[in-house]
Amino acid sequence: MANPKHMKCEGECCGLCCTKIENFGVARGPMIILENVNIHIHCGELTAIIGPNGAGKSTLLKALLGEIPHTGELKYLDAKGSKSDKPLIGYVPQQLSFDRGSPTSVLDLFIASRSRMPAWIFKPAKVKKKALEGLSKVKAEHLTDRRLGALSGGELQRVMLALALDPVPNLLLLDEPVSGIDQGGLELFYNTVSELRQNYDLSIILISHDLDLVAKYADRVVLLNKTVISSGTPKQVFSDERTLKSFGISYLLQNSGPEVNGDHEGGKA
Amino acid sequence: MLELWYRIVDFILPFEWTNHEFMKNALLAILLLTPLFGLLGTMVVSNRMAFFSDSIGHGAFTGIALGALLAGIQPIWGAILFSILFAITITVIKNKSRASTDTIIGVFSSTAVAVGLVIMSLGGNFNKYSSYLVGDLLSIAPFEIMMLFIAFIVIIILWLLIFNRVLLISINQSLAASRGVNTLLVEILFTAAIAIIVTITIQWVGLLIINSLLVLPAAASRNVTHNVRQYHAVSVGISLFAGITGLITSYYWNTATGATIVLIAAVIFFVLFLLRKKFAN
Repeated sequence: MANPKHMKCEGECCGLCCTKIENFGVARGPMIILENVNIHIHCGELTAIIGPNGAGKSTLLKALLGEIPHTGELKYLDAKGSKSDKPLIGYVPQQLSFDRGSPTSVLDLFIASRSRMPAWIFKPAKVKKKALEGLSKVKAEHLTDRRLGALSGGELQRVMLALALDPVPNLLLLDEPVSGIDQGGLELFYNTVSELRQNYDLSIILISHDLDLVAKYADRVVLLNKTVISSGTPKQVFSDERTLKSFGISYLLQNSGPEVNGDHEGGKA
Repeated sequence: MLELWYRIVDFILPFEWTNHEFMKNALLAILLLTPLFGLLGTMVVSNRMAFFSDSIGHGAFTGIALGALLAGIQPIWGAILFSILFAITITVIKNKSRASTDTIIGVFSSTAVAVGLVIMSLGGNFNKYSSYLVGDLLSIAPFEIMMLFIAFIVIIILWLLIFNRVLLISINQSLAASRGVNTLLVEILFTAAIAIIVTITIQWVGLLIINSLLVLPAAASRNVTHNVRQYHAVSVGISLFAGITGLITSYYWNTATGATIVLIAAVIFFVLFLLRKKFAN
């Protein structure tokens, strides 16, 4: 890591903060979906989780969010090494299947998330100012008064990113969209995320469906299939035989051809 | 308290239709009821819960039948309690089960109506209850207005407290969870509020059209609005307007009040639907 703050190593956590997923397991009835998942995420790094269809990526995400019951622990250690059991999580959803016709503006979304004042009556100036600040970081300040349903896939994703960063979380969970975002929009999104890891003290987990982008932007890759199969730098993981086996096709590091396009796990639980 | 209301009406609305006490009661009830339907309807529509709220109406119907069985208390209390339990049950099952939500709601809803009809037809005096199918807004009693007034305050306070969370859940459940929202609890509170207001109203408006009161004003409003403040204001406005004009029209046309209100709301919906392009952004 080319981060100057990464100097001294103390205990298990190196320099900055880190997040640990320890012994995560999820079972649905007799079926084991995840077991023994151990992932150590350093702040200032973008960790991508990849895996074939049905590998349990979305399940891991829901477990991290506390939406489904799981075994194991999610631990967050800040730069001083003090633990907090409940990291503040910022979440960027994969796809929003909300009602596109709903008269809900981008600002409404910020008010609903950030204020106790009911958004159906109030439009607090403080929240608006904060929202504008956050949105301008993702080049979306012109979208404040637009309806959510009128945004393009890329715009919506950037708005969701701005929302996830307000307040700045300990752990940022990005569920990469499967479709509906043009290439330019994706690049803009990932460039923004890349900047984040340098400017904020936070861990980033990307649940990815697009190996090209993983190769380009991730610092670490974790191959998941019920448990952690392999992890390391993109180069290491992609050259690992187990990775190739997991996907069934040989994915190469070269970012070539539109057919190299990851698995598509369409919004399953 | 009602005496004061009667005097106010006589003073500011000295018309023929306000001469009757039952019209004054009905007017007050409409002023309390329709804003609630306009408010709650916004999120019923945005959460695609039209079918769900319809089934809550069916639960309320059964509740009234059960309430009538329990001698000693006013049937309405039993009814409210039952429909809240009914609403909570479907909400929990909807959240836990992976079967299609529509199927679950359909099963519960038809079971509820069947139970209600069986109880009401016991002993062959169904006619006594047939008013619950169509409803009669002019039959409102003073104590019911008091109850409505309490419900009005409770639901407005609830909506001030939980709306932001309901809105987040309607956008994305996981997003809401990541921001610390107890999604199941909020959904239960929301559906319980719908259950209360629908149960109270069903005797005046009737099972057949009660859901339209909830859905139409909000559905009409979204054609011309861009944020939740406009959405609520227009929805409540349409709801109030349809309620008041419906009451007056039904008096002069001698038609069923609830149906007349719904008909006016429907006309407003279609007009705004045709105008929606003009308001698009």
